[in-house]
This record gives sequence, structure tokens and C-alpha cells, in this order.
Amino acid sequence: MGVDQQPLGDNIITASLDGLVNWARKSSIWPMTFGLACCAIEMMATGASHHDLDRFGIIFRASPRQSDCIIIAGTVTKKMLPVIKTVYEQMPEPKWVVAMGACACSGGIFDTYSVVQGIDEALPVDVYIPGCPPRPEALLFGLMKLQDKIMKEKNSFGSSIGLGERLEPAA
Amino acid sequence: MTNMAENNRAVMGLKEKFASSLLEIKEFRGEVTVTVKKEDIIAICKCLKEEMGYNLLTDVTAVDYCGKAPRFMVVYNLYSIPTKDRLRVKAPVEESDTSIASATCLWNAANFLEREVYDLFGITFTGHPDLRRILMTDDWVGHPLRKDYPLQGPDREPYKGRLS
Repeated sequence: MGVDQQPLGDNIITASLDGLVNWARKSSIWPMTFGLACCAIEMMATGASHHDLDRFGIIFRASPRQSDCIIIAGTVTKKMLPVIKTVYEQMPEPKWVVAMGACACSGGIFDTYSVVQGIDEALPVDVYIPGCPPRPEALLFGLMKLQDKIMKEKNSFGSSIGLGERLEPAA
Repeated sequence: MTNMAENNRAVMGLKEKFASSLLEIKEFRGEVTVTVKKEDIIAICKCLKEEMGYNLLTDVTAVDYCGKAPRFMVVYNLYSIPTKDRLRVKAPVEESDTSIASATCLWNAANFLEREVYDLFGITFTGHPDLRRILMTDDWVGHPLRKDYPLQGPDREPYKGRLS
């Protein structure tokens, strides 16, 4: 880490601007509305009034062009994979991927010819949430972990005005 | 062969007209199954539909008796809306010649059902208007519901049980 990686320099103004950008990003994660299996039911329950994702600023969007995050909620079949890739590519940067449930993490119980053995074979996953399906609390915890991860990102401001790359925290 | 299958109206009618094409007539728990030669499947289905009232094709599927001959059995589940009767018609298909006449000329419902059987078992339906895969991707190789198809796909080492 140094000046060469952070073109605006390691001074307090850059740091606080990164913090401001990160804070804005983590407080308004807009996930793509994309459900694949039973995990999607839990995802809808998490979004509904009892667990209420809106209080985190997490509002489901109907278009990938308005989304920051895609929650892979369910079993990914090989036939569905090109569709998910297309949706992911349509999302503007910066974007994050949450693998929700055993199927999205590793294929789960579907160790068969038609199922992708984990979405990380195709997309860069930021948070893995175990469970079959995970309870709404688990999804909430996973999204809070994603918020923590976003807060640790470096050069968020610089990269957004075209100076260098956004640096993700190591693990 | 029990009395119930013998006395079934459809079975009696088929015996009269297609005695030489009937291979087996079975009844199990009130379900009547007629196995027929595949060459006569359309003639028999046409007779069942137009003369005996079996006007609804509920399902077309297949069974793979891998290692036995004939290897495949194509299964037609018929239903008569006027009399509320059900009938199962089966036709054996050899591995060397996996073709059978399409029932799309009688029931439009056969279109997608036969495409599914073609996709998963590799049975070709002659006379089908649009015989292509319906569940697997268009570029898929092989027919996954065949018993000799590897469960985890051809490109993976098969699961050999727990290592520990």
C-alpha cells in the first residue's frame, strides 16, 4: 500500500472521501431482484416488513442497470448460468455478488450433471451464506458482512473519478 | 391377467381389433396397462381416442431397462373425460432402432411430451413437427435419463463414496 496504488495520496482528505463513498455505498445496496429456488422465498421474507431490508437501505430493483449487488438465491442450473452472467454483466460497477444458500455456494445436494457446482465457478463471490435455505437472519448477517467489506475498500473515491483501481480488502 | 383387466371395455375392444399386436395386458391396483407393438401404436391410440373415448393424453414418458432387450418402453397415459377411465399403453423400443411414430397427429399435447422424452431418453418420434431438446441446452451431448449416463456429468470424476 502506498502512494503508487492510491494516486490521490495517503492523506486525510482521500481517506475521508473513501469513507464517505464507502458509507454511501454500504448504506444503499440495491440488489437485483433475482430468485432461483426456495432461497428466493427466504429472500422475499427478509425483504418483507418483519425483517425489513429497507432499514439497511437495501431496496430490490427490477433492473440490473440500477443494481449494485446480485443475491444468487438458489440452485444455478447450467441452462440458467448464461442468463445470470448476462444479468451480472449488465450491472454497473461497482458490483457485489452474494451466494445465498448451499446450492449457490457449492451446488448443495444437487451433485448432478445439470447443476453448476457453486456460482463462484462463474462470478466473483463476495459473501457466502450457508444454510438450506438460510433463515432471514442469516441473510441479514451476510449482507451486514458485505457492508463491512464495502467499508474496508480503498480508493473508492479515486476510482470513481477515473484514478486507479478500487482496492478490495483481502478476505 | 386378472378378471378386471379382461373385462375392461377398452381391453375387450382392443382384443377384438388388434389381437395380434397386444403383447401383454396387466392390472395392478385398479390400473390397467396394455403393452402393444410399437408398429401399431398410432392405430391403437387412434382407435382408443376416436372409438373408446380416451380423448385426453395425460402423459408420454419412457423407461430405460438398461441391459435388457428391448431396452426402452414408451409409456402413454390416457384418460377418458366422458367415462373418467384411465388406461396405460406401453410400447417397447429397441436400442438399435429408437424410433417410434409420433402421437402428435392425434393429440397436440404429445408435442412437448415427446420432445421431453427425446431430450432425456433419445427416443426419436417420426412425424413429430419440431423434434428438438426442451429441457437441456440445445448443444447438450447425450440423454441424461438413460441409465448409462453418468449422474454427475461426463466431464466429472464419479463420486465414489466418503473418503473418511
